Amino acid sequence: MAVHAPTAPRRRWGSTVAGLLVLAVMLFPLYWMLNTALQPASGLLQVGPVPSGIDLSGFTKALTDQGGNLLTSLLVSVGAVAVCLAIAAPAAYGLARFGLRGSRTIVFGTLITQMVPGIVIANALYSSYVDLGLVNSYAGLMLADASLGIPFSIVLMRSFMVSIPGEVIEAAEIDGAGPVRVFLRVVLPMSRNALITSGLFAFLFAWSDFMFALTLNTTDDVKPVTLGIYQYIGAHVGDWGSVMAAAVLSAVPAAVLLVLAQKYIAAGITGGSVK
Amino acid sequence: MTTSTVTAPPSAALAKAAAPDPARARLRRRLARWGFVAPAVVFMLLFFGYPLVRNVVMSFQHYTPKTFFTGEAPFNGADNWSSVFQDALFGKALRHTLVFTAGSLLGQFGIGLALAVFFNRRFPLGGVLRSLILLPWLVPMVVSGVVWRRILDQDTGVLNTFLDTLGLGGHTPWLTSPGMALFSVILVNVWIGIPFNMVILYGGLQEIPRELYEAASLDGASAWRSFRSVTLPMLKPVITVVLVLGFMSTVKILDLILALTDGGPADATQTLGTLTYQNSFVELDFGAGAVVGNVLILISAVFAVFYLRANRTEGK
Repeated sequence: MAVHAPTAPRRRWGSTVAGLLVLAVMLFPLYWMLNTALQPASGLLQVGPVPSGIDLSGFTKALTDQGGNLLTSLLVSVGAVAVCLAIAAPAAYGLARFGLRGSRTIVFGTLITQMVPGIVIANALYSSYVDLGLVNSYAGLMLADASLGIPFSIVLMRSFMVSIPGEVIEAAEIDGAGPVRVFLRVVLPMSRNALITSGLFAFLFAWSDFMFALTLNTTDDVKPVTLGIYQYIGAHVGDWGSVMAAAVLSAVPAAVLLVLAQKYIAAGITGGSVK
Repeated sequence: MTTSTVTAPPSAALAKAAAPDPARARLRRRLARWGFVAPAVVFMLLFFGYPLVRNVVMSFQHYTPKTFFTGEAPFNGADNWSSVFQDALFGKALRHTLVFTAGSLLGQFGIGLALAVFFNRRFPLGGVLRSLILLPWLVPMVVSGVVWRRILDQDTGVLNTFLDTLGLGGHTPWLTSPGMALFSVILVNVWIGIPFNMVILYGGLQEIPRELYEAASLDGASAWRSFRSVTLPMLKPVITVVLVLGFMSTVKILDLILALTDGGPADATQTLGTLTYQNSFVELDFGAGAVVGNVLILISAVFAVFYLRANRTEGK
């Protein structure tokens, strides 16, 4: 409004407006998911741009149909995170500190694993899983999902642990602590942020997994929500309200993590891929 | 399991040594150190190394739906390879994969870079907006696929409704015509990939010293000139990383295509990833699936070699 307002701040608010427009375009599909979920009665008809009233029956139906699958997803993802951190954290420390012969080969190997397509892994894993009785089991899916986070976590935590000052570790060793004790009492507490970041990503990778759920299960015994929604669209194409409600529920962890752990996520994307 | 080796030395060693055997102590320390790394190495060998080898073996075996009951998958020479290569669908899938990957990378990278440059200027709420844009990348890909499938529906989807309101037609068969489907799938994948490209490129931009831009503007360089002469060269290592990671994750795509089109209509969106899946897990011909999977790995490997070589020459 002010005629003599300095130009610089106004230009900066102009950028904010442009940024909001970009955000609106990028988030529109997610808005539409929520909007459709709240108007389940519209069914096959066109959905209004905003819900005329909040109708939660789509969510009720989605919870009835997919509630168990959401729990399965949660259980499998938490298990995958536990396996991932238990394996990746000691390895990251070992690779960062011990100067073992072959360390470089192992680090190189973790980078190469990103090159192996998941469907190729599933192709070979399936027959081994049949032999080992791991098809349609929680343990089998947890292990497979852990593989999505392990290389990333090793790279991320190693780059963090390299920067822990050697004097801290040497001081603990002089006090008579063995390597396991040093790792548990000194290194892990100091690596808290790297652990949280790795854990978050391992969780998101496992929660988002669709391919292992699709290929390593032949019955409905272990069905995460991603697989549940995929099968839902086959059976319920007329009932988009409850499909979208299920989609909203499955996107909740991503949204929660983004709000609660924003700084870790940005750090993880850059740290895990560039360093 | 490493704890016992470290804190409780074998009693034999205790009895023998008033002065501890230094060679043995060194060995014990080395074993303890390897104990940290060994589980990860074993895990990665089982879940990444073994499948690579196993896929090569499987591609020479004859799998049928009965194989998993009888356990019999006899070797059949190069039969799988020749039958896959003679199938017209393989050529199609290969072409689709290359078009899909090139189109996705072009869109994701181009828009991601533009947004990274945009957000690199400081303005109110910039940080909040930047982190909210990450949301599409964090939602499970198969879920995004389902949502887009609804949006792109020919008759009742919101995109066509919107275009219709603007008088721009509005009856485009986005996912249901063989001519359009691959384009639409690329469009959705660009949307998914923009946040990842933007965040990494933004991180790279932040590392470029501001003084370089000041120097450039003192020399009278235009904005475009300083982008070309300062930003791009300084950003080159990050650009390489983004493109390589993007390539690796795009070339093997499966989730998104299954959720959007299931490879259809008329195989118009069949890629090497979906073809592997279809051969192995729909038709239960794991031998043919392994062949396509091996081709997929080969493409990635060739690309990785180029990448490593480019990195090495740059390091010199």
